[in-house]
Amino acid sequence: MTITPLVDKSDDSARRELLDRVRPANWENPAPKPVYDLVIVGAGPAGLAAAESAIALGLSVALLERYRLGGNSLNAGSIPSKAMIGTARVVTGVRDARDFGGFVRAKPLVDFAAVMTRMRRVRARIAEYCSVDRLHAAGVDVFFGDARFAGVKVIAVGDSRLAFKKALIATGARPCPCDIPGLERIGYQTSETIFDIETLPARLAIIGGGPLGCEMAQAFCRLGAHVILLQNDPKFLPREERDAAELLSLALSRDGVETRLNTTVTGARMAGGVRLLDTVNNEVRTSVEVDEVLLSVGRIPNMEGLCVEAARVRADPAQGIKVDDFLRTSNRDIYAAGDVCMTHKFTNVAETSGRMAVRNAFAGRRRRQSHLTIPWCTFCDPEIAHVGMYIWEAKERGISVNTVTIMMQDNDRAIVDGQDDGFVKLHLKAGTGVILGATIVASRASEMINEMSVVMSAGIGMRDLANVLHIYPAQSDAIRQAALAWARPK
Amino acid sequence: MLALTTLPDDALIDRLQHAAFAYFIEYANAENGLVADTSREGSPCSIAVVGFALSCYPVAIANGWITRAFAVSRTLATLRFFWNSAQSDRPDATGYMGFYYHFIDMTTGRRVWQCELSLIDTTLLLAGMLTAGCYFDGAGDEAEIRSLADALYRRVDWDWAQNGGKTVAQGWKPECGFLHYGWEGYNEATVLYVLGLGSPTHPLSDAGFTNWTFTYQWENLLSRDVLYSGPLFTHLFSQAWLDFRGIQDCFMREKASDYFKNTQDTITVHRDYAARNPRGFAGYSRNFWGITAGDGPADHEIRQDLRDRRCFGYMARGVPYGPDDGTIAPWAMLATLPFGSEQALEGTRHLLRTYPEVCRQDRFCSGFNPTLTKHGAGWLSDGWYGLDQGLLVMMIENYRTGMIWSILRKCPYVRTGLERAGFDGGWLSS
Ligand SMILES: Cc1cc2nc3c(=O)[nH]c(=O)nc-3n(C[C@H](O)[C@H](O)[C@H](O)COP(=O)(O)OP(=O)(O)OC[C@H]3O[C@@H](n4cnc5c(N)ncnc54)[C@H](O)[C@@H]3O)c2cc1C
Repeated sequence: MTITPLVDKSDDSARRELLDRVRPANWENPAPKPVYDLVIVGAGPAGLAAAESAIALGLSVALLERYRLGGNSLNAGSIPSKAMIGTARVVTGVRDARDFGGFVRAKPLVDFAAVMTRMRRVRARIAEYCSVDRLHAAGVDVFFGDARFAGVKVIAVGDSRLAFKKALIATGARPCPCDIPGLERIGYQTSETIFDIETLPARLAIIGGGPLGCEMAQAFCRLGAHVILLQNDPKFLPREERDAAELLSLALSRDGVETRLNTTVTGARMAGGVRLLDTVNNEVRTSVEVDEVLLSVGRIPNMEGLCVEAARVRADPAQGIKVDDFLRTSNRDIYAAGDVCMTHKFTNVAETSGRMAVRNAFAGRRRRQSHLTIPWCTFCDPEIAHVGMYIWEAKERGISVNTVTIMMQDNDRAIVDGQDDGFVKLHLKAGTGVILGATIVASRASEMINEMSVVMSAGIGMRDLANVLHIYPAQSDAIRQAALAWARPK
Repeated sequence: MLALTTLPDDALIDRLQHAAFAYFIEYANAENGLVADTSREGSPCSIAVVGFALSCYPVAIANGWITRAFAVSRTLATLRFFWNSAQSDRPDATGYMGFYYHFIDMTTGRRVWQCELSLIDTTLLLAGMLTAGCYFDGAGDEAEIRSLADALYRRVDWDWAQNGGKTVAQGWKPECGFLHYGWEGYNEATVLYVLGLGSPTHPLSDAGFTNWTFTYQWENLLSRDVLYSGPLFTHLFSQAWLDFRGIQDCFMREKASDYFKNTQDTITVHRDYAARNPRGFAGYSRNFWGITAGDGPADHEIRQDLRDRRCFGYMARGVPYGPDDGTIAPWAMLATLPFGSEQALEGTRHLLRTYPEVCRQDRFCSGFNPTLTKHGAGWLSDGWYGLDQGLLVMMIENYRTGMIWSILRKCPYVRTGLERAGFDGGWLSS
């Protein structure tokens, strides 16, 4: 059967719109001011949030970006991945319609080019919020080009040398390079390139079963690729709780992802015009034929060419820029924020740390990064979200933990919606109603975990939570159900 | 013969226990005492099944199913075989460092299927050996049983198996060394730690057990506080041998529970889960439960009753997180007798009445799935599994006479192991 393409492939308007906003073609860097209160290197979420805060404090700000405003999150991270996942969910919803009494005559077809065009439109639209025009209007001097420290108080970008009172390093991170013999030769994608592909690979191998690998495995599989997910650990999402990781494993297999745990890729080669990955599981060696490879084995901080030594900023190639609890580097006037220095590499952490650094540097605040309550999420279906402490973290600190769990199977709304895979787990300080952490696996755990962030940040305990009215029926009511279960006399 | 369901409780239990025991006679190699993993053609020996067999011989003597002389000769053949079997790092040995490969050839005892040197399965084998060593108190052959059991236990190098780690690895292979499968959370390994800590020769480190309990999850699940582990068998294996009634380690003291009570609570969760039956499987009810590791229908891509009905084959199924594909282990409800006879018997009777096919020749099969039907009948696992039969024989006996528990309460290694793991109270203080 042939399908009429849903998009005109020559239509490049979304791409142009994006670039007009985040990297205009005819851009000329402004003439630098004699000295800036704050020079920010990197215009990802950390740099952008810092710029906004600094402007709000009435400071003069220069923002330096070598590629595109919005950073990884907008251009090759959160937004493009979530846009693809959005499409994958809709397609799966159509597939599963029959379970709800809906009737779809055949398997839904996917026009991959249209999926990617939609992703680009989404990205271009969101790009407006960090566009050069908007920054310029706010009074930020934007400079495009590779930035590097040329002294303790000077940063060079292009032909300009910018003197600063304070500087913020927010250069983010990039995919870890690959050390698999032969992979370089046969070619592979990373998160930096995968959102630019035009055709859906028939067989896609994904190396690495962390959050990004799992998200992409499920999305590509749902869009019609045969996905082989290779993970050298005994479970996916190694840092996540076992029950959550196992539920995800089941969900991936149910969707048709070929999952291979405890499997290491030892080499890559071409044989008869076909790409082969050599793998080993225990001592069993096999080869996997693939059309495309996505490497997703972690991220390393961007510091190359930045010459941080020139500014006497200490750094470690793997951990990134060294900062104290207030985000200050070894140079008292230079701060860092976001992926380049934080353990948790997420957009929300980047933004918050960007803001925190500015306030600590200029507003006399002493906010500590160790006090942050950080929620995060892996956007598979079901989603897996966490905030606060894990059980093992609590135990390492000598805190005894009790957990209250509500299965989504026992939540009326989840049953009604046919989304009853998952659970809400609240970890409590044993013998008290104090909430130390929460793990939520649910269709929209990313939304539900925000309630837990509020609850924990506000110091609300289980007894009060049990008395908070929630909408009925709602999946987030599972949180109140957990508090009720705790409050129930034993 | 009368139909099972017409028998009063005692007679029913006796008959099922006897039939389960007969597995160890029917599927054994009399020469070396090895017992087949399953009744299927060509099945190799599972060393764990041998451990169960060794523990069941005393039960069979007590019930008059075999003579003491027969049991002595079979036990001795088994112990001699293991004592003399090849211990080396060669890939076709029977064991290494005192441990044994999970599956071995029924005749030669050589490793098969490139399987792992298994810590937990060696533990179950050793538990059987120690049971024999403690039970046979006579002279001559019985003295040899005692000394061999002792020597076999002392030969095991637990210290090596800990491999400098915080907790134990699951196994080792000559081809790739220690297996790094994660083994976090409570499971059937309690007996492993107890035997490993009790060793007078190469014990596990003191911290090993405590470190393991750090990975425990104490959870309020389906409105009940339990130390969570999904598959039912993980709660039962250690307690086939060890009497956890009234004794507590540090973890259980803090939670005001014990492993015995925790199993009772877990059973309540399992029954409650089956009653709620969230996935809408056929059969499930408060009297139809037993989700555990075992055989099941293989990976069919099936949608039925407006749901995904994919199945998982042989797998550790669990409650409440799953996996659950509608398969139960028909023997499991009866194996929980010591933890509450009413529910165990009610469930078993209901099962036998509704699905008599799960118990052919009075012996329960490994897995049954009434959701997946063919010609009107549910999916049924082929033949029998030795582990299921052994666990059933022992648990029935523990329920009726406490025999295995009292044998091992007298084993000095068990006492030392429990004490080093931090257990006290109950029978340990007397
Ligand atoms: C596929 C993918 C999906 C993701 N999904 C999510 C998600 O759903 N939710 C979430 O919270 N997080 C997600 N993340 C992580 C998130 O994208 C990052 O944590 C976030 O972008 C970090 O922001 P940042 O400002 O620290 O760095 P970045 O966004 O990396 O921005 C740093 C900027 O600095 C620039 N730069 C670097 N060096 C120089 C230099 N020498 N001179 C000038 N400029 C320089 C770079 O070009 C870049 O634009 C995802 C990441 C990936 C890869």
